[in-house]
Amino acid sequence: MTDYASRIAYLERIKPTKIIIWTLLFLGGIVMVTPLAFMISTSFKTGADVFSLGIIPKNPTLENYIYIWTESQFSRWMLNSLWVATFSTASVVFFDSLVGYTLAKFTFRGQTIVFIAILSTLMIPTEMLIIPWYMMSREFGWIDTYWGIAFPGLMTGFGTFLMRQFFMGLPDELIEAARIDGWSEFAIWSRIAMPLVVPALSALAIFHFLGNWTAFIWPLIVTNSPELYTIPVGLASFNGEFQTDWEIVMTASCLATLPTLLVFLVLQKFIIRGVMLAGLKG
Amino acid sequence: MFVSFWNKLSINQKLAITAWLFLAVPIVFYVCIRFYPTFEAFYVSTLKWNLLGAKKYIGLRNYEKIFADEDFWLVLLNTFKYAGLGVPISLFIAFCVAYFLNEITRWHDFIRALYFIPFLTTAVAMAWVWKWFYQPLPIGYFNFFLNYLGIAQQPFLKSVTQGLYAIMAPAVWAGLGFQVVIFIAGIRAIPRSYYEAAEIDGAGRWQILREITLPSLKPTVIFLTVVSTIGFLRIFDQVYSMTTNGDGGPLNTTKPIVLMIYEFAFDEFKIGRASALTVILFVILLVISMFQLWLMRKKP
Repeated sequence: MTDYASRIAYLERIKPTKIIIWTLLFLGGIVMVTPLAFMISTSFKTGADVFSLGIIPKNPTLENYIYIWTESQFSRWMLNSLWVATFSTASVVFFDSLVGYTLAKFTFRGQTIVFIAILSTLMIPTEMLIIPWYMMSREFGWIDTYWGIAFPGLMTGFGTFLMRQFFMGLPDELIEAARIDGWSEFAIWSRIAMPLVVPALSALAIFHFLGNWTAFIWPLIVTNSPELYTIPVGLASFNGEFQTDWEIVMTASCLATLPTLLVFLVLQKFIIRGVMLAGLKG
Repeated sequence: MFVSFWNKLSINQKLAITAWLFLAVPIVFYVCIRFYPTFEAFYVSTLKWNLLGAKKYIGLRNYEKIFADEDFWLVLLNTFKYAGLGVPISLFIAFCVAYFLNEITRWHDFIRALYFIPFLTTAVAMAWVWKWFYQPLPIGYFNFFLNYLGIAQQPFLKSVTQGLYAIMAPAVWAGLGFQVVIFIAGIRAIPRSYYEAAEIDGAGRWQILREITLPSLKPTVIFLTVVSTIGFLRIFDQVYSMTTNGDGGPLNTTKPIVLMIYEFAFDEFKIGRASALTVILFVILLVISMFQLWLMRKKP
């Protein structure tokens, strides 16, 4: 009896406007993922089936995936992207946090100048550096190499700034105590300070990796041979070649997108918190 | 000898040396990969050079040529159209979504995820999906839908009037999730006591939104406006992948400034003129960043 009454009270508290808001938001969300849903569904369709616009494939097939895997260099591009993004992210995590820590926890002459100099690189758009980087790459033979794709992003002003903000929040006493115990400065950084900023580090790593995975203009310029393409450059090269084979192109797009989506599904809370963190501190 | 030298130093001197040791490799990187190229871009912008032949100093002639070029003004207009429309549209939608999303609890995380997911996609891959949606019948979804409603087929990407908006749409779509999440964070950071005080004063929902929520969100709005304005002014991936042969067509009506830089440098090998255009882009972005700093500082 009381249970029934409390349920009525609960239902009465849900106002109709709330229900309308919820429904609209939900439908909007569905609209947002519709392009992805159609992309995934088409990747399982046969060439003839593409013209029947339904979302459920009539004769689901893996043929497109097999075709992409055997007839194009997609697997090679995926490895290229993975290798470049991993290498670059490892470098950013190491150097940005080392520099951020040094600027936050050491006192020395010239500190402010170094900080302002690094911060000022945030004002320089990548597009302005692309031509000098290209000239440099031609000079040193970095065209069509992994190093050539990765070198511009090995350290970032944004990451350094972000890490400095977080290291400034650590108590100085902790570092002093370790110094008195005879720890080396490098060990204090790597074994005491670093574990304390893991949330910021992982946010930085996720963003840098994602940025590298989707980066387009620089890899497009610095690679000429298809063996060195990253995924986005390879996808763009489909322009012309597979012009009308939409099911093949959708399969390739799927393969480009699914890794980041899977990572998101696993680390959802973590990634959203990372965006908020980076957005608020940065 | 080194050890005795080291032992003679005071603790502060030792720490300063350690700091510079930590900074050594990064300083080399920033000097070689950031600062030197920046100056080189300015220097190259005063040259006539095709990357292979001799460099010829021509002063500001590259800039004069760019400003005399009708295509440049069209491209500049296109670029400002992407930003001028894309930013307010996406910020408005993102704010509405965030504002209401903040009020619901049922499936909150799931619905937020639906809005956020497009942010994680690769622009080039999604360009293909949208390009496919824009196709004429029988395969294009948008035209299928229009046809169903009894509206005539539209050319979308093939049209000089619709092309730019057709390319802007996926850019807005992909950026929305980021803005929603930042807005939610901003709304949550507003102290509850503000709302409670307003409710005691008998303020209505609309009044609370106008007099408490929106003013408190000013820093968030400035941050998002600047970040997305810079993003839209630098639009390239979508245009390159959605237009035929990546030419910013039809008739240059969708071409943004970065695509023009790319064509000058890597199709026509006018390295000097391309560099001059990057300097112009740099100045535009700098003015916007300065404007942001100025807006932020005006706040008490």
